[in-house]
Parts: sequence; structure tokens; C-alpha cells
Amino acid sequence: MRVRPRVQLVAGCALLLLACGKGKGDKGGDKQATEPPPSGTEDKGADKGADQGAEAKGAEGAPAAGGEVLIWADDKRAAVLSDFATKFASTGGFNLKVQAVSKDLQTNFVTASQAGKGPDIVVGAHDWIGNLVQNGAIEPVQLTDEQKGAFNPLAIKGVTFNGQIYAVPYAVENLALIRNTELAPDEPKSMEALVAAGKKLKSSKKASEILALQVGNNGDAYHIYPLYASGGGYLFGVGANGDYDPKDLGVAKPEAIAAFAKIRKLGEKGDGALKRSIGPENSISVFTGKKTAFLVSGPWAITDIKKAGIKYDITAIPGFEGGKPAKPFVGVQAFYVAAKGKNKALAQEFVSNHLTTPDLAVALYKAEPRPPALTAALEQVKGEDPDVEKFLKAGESGDILPAIPAMAAVWDPFGKAAAAVVGGADPKTTVPAAAKAIAGQIK
Amino acid sequence: MADPSETVKDSGSSPPTGGRIRWPLVRSSSAVSLLIKFLLLGTVAAIALYGVFPLIQTRSWAALALLIAATALLFVIYLSPRFIPAKYLIPGTLFLLAFQVLPVLYTVATAFTNFGDGHRGSKQDAVRAIESSSIIKVAGSAQFLLSVAVDEKASPATGTITFLLSDAATHKLWAGKADGLAPLAAADATVSPAGKITAAKGYTVLTVGQTAGRGEAVAALRVPTEKGAIRSQGLSRAYEGAAQLAYDAGCDCIRDAKSGATWKADRGDGYFHDASGGYLAQGWRVSVGFRNFVTVITNPVVSRYFFQILLWNFAFALLTVVLSFAFGLGMALVFNSERLRGQRLYRSLLILPYAMPSFAMLLVWRDMFNTDFGLINRLFGLDVNWFGTPWSARAAIIMVQIWLSYPYMFLVSTGALQAIPADLTEAAQVDGAKTFHAFRTITFPLLLVALAPLLISSFAFNFNNFNAIYLTSEGGPFPPDNPQVGATDLLITYTYRLAFGGQGAQYGMAAAISIFIFLIVAMVSVVGFRRAQVLEEIN
Repeated sequence: MRVRPRVQLVAGCALLLLACGKGKGDKGGDKQATEPPPSGTEDKGADKGADQGAEAKGAEGAPAAGGEVLIWADDKRAAVLSDFATKFASTGGFNLKVQAVSKDLQTNFVTASQAGKGPDIVVGAHDWIGNLVQNGAIEPVQLTDEQKGAFNPLAIKGVTFNGQIYAVPYAVENLALIRNTELAPDEPKSMEALVAAGKKLKSSKKASEILALQVGNNGDAYHIYPLYASGGGYLFGVGANGDYDPKDLGVAKPEAIAAFAKIRKLGEKGDGALKRSIGPENSISVFTGKKTAFLVSGPWAITDIKKAGIKYDITAIPGFEGGKPAKPFVGVQAFYVAAKGKNKALAQEFVSNHLTTPDLAVALYKAEPRPPALTAALEQVKGEDPDVEKFLKAGESGDILPAIPAMAAVWDPFGKAAAAVVGGADPKTTVPAAAKAIAGQIK
Repeated sequence: MADPSETVKDSGSSPPTGGRIRWPLVRSSSAVSLLIKFLLLGTVAAIALYGVFPLIQTRSWAALALLIAATALLFVIYLSPRFIPAKYLIPGTLFLLAFQVLPVLYTVATAFTNFGDGHRGSKQDAVRAIESSSIIKVAGSAQFLLSVAVDEKASPATGTITFLLSDAATHKLWAGKADGLAPLAAADATVSPAGKITAAKGYTVLTVGQTAGRGEAVAALRVPTEKGAIRSQGLSRAYEGAAQLAYDAGCDCIRDAKSGATWKADRGDGYFHDASGGYLAQGWRVSVGFRNFVTVITNPVVSRYFFQILLWNFAFALLTVVLSFAFGLGMALVFNSERLRGQRLYRSLLILPYAMPSFAMLLVWRDMFNTDFGLINRLFGLDVNWFGTPWSARAAIIMVQIWLSYPYMFLVSTGALQAIPADLTEAAQVDGAKTFHAFRTITFPLLLVALAPLLISSFAFNFNNFNAIYLTSEGGPFPPDNPQVGATDLLITYTYRLAFGGQGAQYGMAAAISIFIFLIVAMVSVVGFRRAQVLEEIN
């Protein structure tokens, strides 16, 4: 029984020290000497990678003399990439081996890479760059001007960090206003117009909510940002080199308080358009359940909406009347080359000379409808799916999601401040407290 | 424990195998146990062997020595007729070392470093990362189409590699080797319509597959030029690049080739700093002494809110245990009655919540407490934002915890109740005690003797019940003027945010915090167990 508290500690340690099992040779040795590793999540990715890699070699017989590029991606993308990999082997001169890492891909990648067990390529969002660079986990990719020109300029801007391109983008995504055209046939030109239309639907019992924009009890910085931007706020100033400057923190400025005051007006103590009871777990289902005519979400919501058989249209998120445009964050999905991969030349070849052609981009689009970053691929899918262009148009004026490590300090306090303000708190005390918390965590 | 000498004698005197050979293994008379022993030791040997090769590969000699020593120890102990006590103790001891002591030692060691994002590897790693991410294409330099070749006589698989380069714009041809770049006469080479060299005099151009097979060599080759070096970009292109930053061992700093600016290595915090306080993002792991502990203690938020969090933490763990125990015990008493029909069915139904994964159940409960769409408000016609105000959030969390943990209490109470001899309560009744009185003075104290250790460990578990908070309220609600400490934050959820919420993961800090939490839990448990012993002595 006496051992019990220690068990708790180890559990706590395992939780906190996701990487506690990696890094030390003698610990790894001990694990092997006794039993299969304990349930440490950190091991799963790496071990699974090693195992399946070995299996694949056995199954495919002798791979081309060319060797193999190991790619890590999340479940959905791994499935698409596997299909592509089979096709690629016959033409590319080397094999692609795709590995699905379903949880904490970024952390697993950094940890595995540090231990020398990582993949050659990892697929992820562009805002990982800051963290991956500070951990020395990725290498720049040298694209020719011609290759750069083939991409959506916002996508290239997203993967550029300290003047270097660190990944090859394949999709861009941003929030937009998705509207149930049966309930609301006209596009609202401003947030005020949206609220008026929503209130009308509510009073005529056609809907029970004005708008589904996820807030939750602890806030959601990503989804509230467009309104914050429309209200005149910003997160980081842009430095001379075009990168975000962590020293110029917009949340600490008076504009931030003014922006949050406008958000408060939409909140529970105001119009009731923003509510803490609508969070990430239910915002899409509130819309597909026809409880509201308006949803602020991204391309990932479309599959559910189509399944629910709702007639919809996609437009830019409307801003406040007389305010700035409601700029959503633009995120870029991209392929990174691991700095410690075993087949760097092949990985570089793949990302810089194969990903820059539309085949893969179209295949990835078909698996999950996020607008392709490659202009040629976009042209191809545009004809079949008008949503793609609509989303892109909604994101045209958007801000690239900051990739600097300081952004990690913003998400949590900023989201909570938004939730508090939506709940009726006074922005004059809430926002400076959030700014203080953020500034305290930026080194 | 048997006396060792006796056992030896024993093995000699029971010789179904006959023979003159006194094989120490043949101690047990059963062939089955002998077989099991062989299998187990064989497994140990196999696992050890499996571990040897990766250790040799990574040159972890200390770990290898440890592995060999541990395996040898196991064989000596189990093959020899002596060391009887050790035979019983060694498996547990080894597991304790591997799964308890080592992680704890590793945690303590980590607490004294700055290990975390930006400080994961060695200084060499950081330098390498800084240099390689500073390589940029030389301004105005050409883009090359690359064909990889070896000397005519050399084997494509092993020969020294030459870059056959074709300038994408001017179509000039070059041959690049580690010692430099030489022009290639257009007459000596065949060029594809796309501009790539497909054959050249004196060289064997590798096929795509062959090139891919030489990937490492292709990536490693640098063809020196005036302004930098030509490097491959993948397998089919090359560019002239130069590293802007380089490490200078003389000043232990990173120097910018163009501007001459320097970043000096700081062993104190594992960063390269410039004069104005800026630093390069790539750092390395250094020992920081007690800094992590000091940071935790002197953090103004920690010191201001520590007691608030600690108080709720104790209340949470205590209320969870006491209320779920009361509820579980009550149920156990009711369902312990022989007169109840369908006793077994009820019992199995009651245990159901215990059989469901708490992870999923916590999320379901969170949704049930939703203000506008949740089951609870709809069912009771309420309009409470459960996780929106401090006291309702605390109440909701305790309710969920009771629901999740009473089946366990019900189970152990039922077991303990059945172990109490019925004649004791009967005797009390004969003496004229009322049912409740008999329960309070006889059954309950006897129950506590059996269950006190379980309650204490349950308390220790709930003290660090991260999921119970993180999957429901996430520590919230947070007061508007303080996004860092929520009303339902436990120490573990608060410190998780502290260590992982800022600029990425700070494992060193997290380790320091977990040591603090360990000390608190250990203290509480020690006191608790002392009390439990006192209880036992009274009986």
C-alpha cells in the first residue's frame, strides 16, 4: 500500500513528462531488458514507426535500390498519402512509407526526431514552424522562384520563417460564414445585419440561436479572432522583415479593449449572438440541427453539413458596421523535411520536386476538402466544387496565423478573456489581465 | 523460508532422475515446474538478447553492462539452489527499480535542467541546426539541373559522386566534385530536352533509382565555389548556397558572415545571446541548478493563489472520497440484505459506471451540464451555466466524481461487509442494540479497519485526478482578471498549464513541480497511514 502514492507520482510524471522515456540510452535499455514499454504515449509513435517500417520492407520484398522516405501524418492524411505512395513507387525511383500518428503528431515528431527515430517528412500545420525550428527538427527547403510562383502567395508567406521557406504547402484553410440559405437567403453585410436577421428568425421560432460561433466556457482564440480584428485589435505587430514581432503585443494596446467591448455587445449580456454554451463540441451540430442560420467555421465543417442535407452558402465573415474587415486566420497545411531524417536527399526531392505538381494536392483535396495551395490544383478542383473558391475568397483578406513560438503563450489567456467578456465581464479589467499573462510567458 | 542447506540435501534425496550427476537444476521433482523454469529463463535470455543489439548500435555501454549484469544475476539466482529469499524478492525488486525508481530518479534529474522546447538536444545539435537553417541561395547565383554521376570505371553503388550540372537559364554545363567546379564541354555531354545531362564522356550517369540509393552521398556533397558551395536540392536540382551563420570555437559564439554580428554562448541558460539581449531560437540543454524550483516558488501567481488551489485540491479529493464512500457504503448496506430480490442483478447494474471508460464518461457529463443544450438543465428546467460560475462548477465536478467512483466504494464495501462475521451483529442485537447503534459501534469500525488504506490511496489518486478536471471544466471558470488560475484548478492542472501553456513544453519545470506535488501527497499519505495503524491497534 505504501507504494501507492509513488504510483501516483509516476502517473503524474508520465503525464507531465511526455518525453520522460526518451533520450537516455540506459533507460531504453532497461525497458527492453524487462518488458515491453509501459503505456507512455511518447513511445507509441516512434515504436510504431519502427515496427511498421520493418514490416513494410518485409512485405514489399526488396525495395528499389533507392531506399525509402518515411512520412508521418495524421490519420486522415496518412490514408490519402498511402494511396499516392503506392503509385509513386513505380515512377519516383524510391519508395514512400506512410505512417499514421493519430495523436500529438507535433510533440511525437519532435521527441522522436531528438532520439533519432523520427521520420524523413512530417505533414502538419504551418504554425508548428516556430517550435520545430527552435528544436532544430526541420530544415529549410530551397524552392526556385518559379516553384514559389506556382503557390498561393499567402501559403508561401505562411511557411516562410526568418526569411527561409521551411515547408512545402499543400492546402490553405480559414474560417468563413456558412449560412443556411433556406433560413437566411441574403448574405448579411455586417455583424449587426447578421444579428438582426438572427433575432428575426428567433422571434419567429424558426431558429433558437442567432449564430453558432464556438466560444465555450474557456474561450476559443482562433474563432473569436475575426471579430477581434474587425473591432480594431491585433495580436502581434509586423516587423521590418515581414515576420510577426513578439515584442509588439497588440493585446496590451487600448484597441484591444475597444475590440473586446464590441464583442461583449454581441455576448450574453448583449445581443446573445455569442454564447459560452456553444463550444467546439456542439457548434457544427447546432447548425446542422437547424437551430441557427449562421455558422462560423472552416472547410472541415462542410462534410457534416452536406450529410445533414442543408442548403448553404459560404461568404466572408461580416465585420462590425464602420469597423475593419473581419479577418480570419489563414492556416497552411504543409510538408516538412526532418533535419535528422535518414534519407534527407530523397525527402527534399519529394517535397521540392514532386509536391510542387498538382497530382498529390488534388488527391489530398479529395480526401478532405481543404482548398489546395497550389494554383494549378486549385484550378482543377474549382470546377467540381464551388465551395473551395468561396472559402479562399473569405480568407483573402485574412491574417496568416502567427508561427512564432510566442503565439503559444497567446492562445489560452486570449481565449479565456474572450469567454469572460462574452459572459459579460468588463473588458477594461479582463483584457489587461490577459495581456499581462501573455507578456509574462513570452520570454 | 527453508534453510538453504536443507534444500540441497532435499534435492539429493529425491532423485527420480537417478544418475550420479548432481545437477543443481534438478531440485524440484516436478517436470512441469522445471519446464516452466526453463521457459521463463529462456524468455529472459531472449529479451536480453533482443536488447543487446540496439544498445551496441547506439554504443550505450553503461546500459549494456547493466543489462548483462541484470541477466547474469537472474540466471545465477534461479539456477543455483541457494539464494532462496532472493528468488522471491528479485522479480519485484527489478520491476520496482525499472518502473518506479528509475522514472523517479529521471524526474529528479530532469528537474535540475532546462529540458524543454528549444532546449532538447546538445550544443552541437543547436549549432548544427543554426548553421543549416541559415543557408541561403547566393544572390544572383544560378539554378542548376542536377544529374548525379560516377567515374566511368567506378561502380554506381560505391563510386565517388560527381554532380553534372546544367545551368537552367544559360544551359552552360559543369562538373562539380568535392575539390571544385569544372566546366564541361557541350560536345562531351548529351542533354535531354528538359535540359538535364543524360550522358557525359568519362562518366556514368546514374539512373533515378541508383541516385536515390546514393541519397546520403548526394546530400553530403558540397562543391566549393567562390561565394559558398553548390549543394543538392533533392536529387534533381542544385543551388549555390552559403551559410550565413557559423560557429566560431575561438570566441565560443555564432558569427554572422555578412554583418559580423556575434551571438555568444551562455552556459547558464543554454542560448546564444547577442549584446542587446536577443538570442537565437535554437538552444541546448544545460543544468540550471535549483532555478526551476525557485521559479515555481517565486512565481507571483503561484505564491498568491497557491493556498486557494491547495484548499480546493484537498476539498475535491476529500469530498470525492467521503461522499462516494458514503454513497457506496449506503448502497452496499441496502443490497447486503438477504431479503432483497434480484440482489445480483441490482449489484451488477450498480457497478456499470465503473465498467465504462471514465475518459468518455467525463466528456458526456461535460455536455450534459451545458447551459442551453445540456440534459441536466432541460430535465430540471434550469438555466444554470454549470461550468460558468465557481460554486456550480465545483458542485458539478463533485457530482460527476461521485457518479464515477461510488461503484468502486460499493464493491469494496460489499466485500468488506461480507467478511464481517454475522454473529457479531447478532450478538449486539441479542444485547439489545438497535440496528443503527450496532452498525455505528461494531460494523463501521470493523469496516474502516479493512477499508482505511483503500480510502487513503483513493484520496491520493483523486488528489492528482487530472482527467476529472481537464476533461470537464478545464480548471475553469476563470475570473475575468486572471486567466491563469481557475476556480476548479487542482495543483496538477494548474501546473500543467504553467509548464506547458507558455512557449511550448518545459519538462524541467514540470519535473520540479511534480516533485513538489509528490512531497505533498507523500506527507498526506504518511499521516493517513499512521492514523490507520492507530485504528488497527485499537482493535
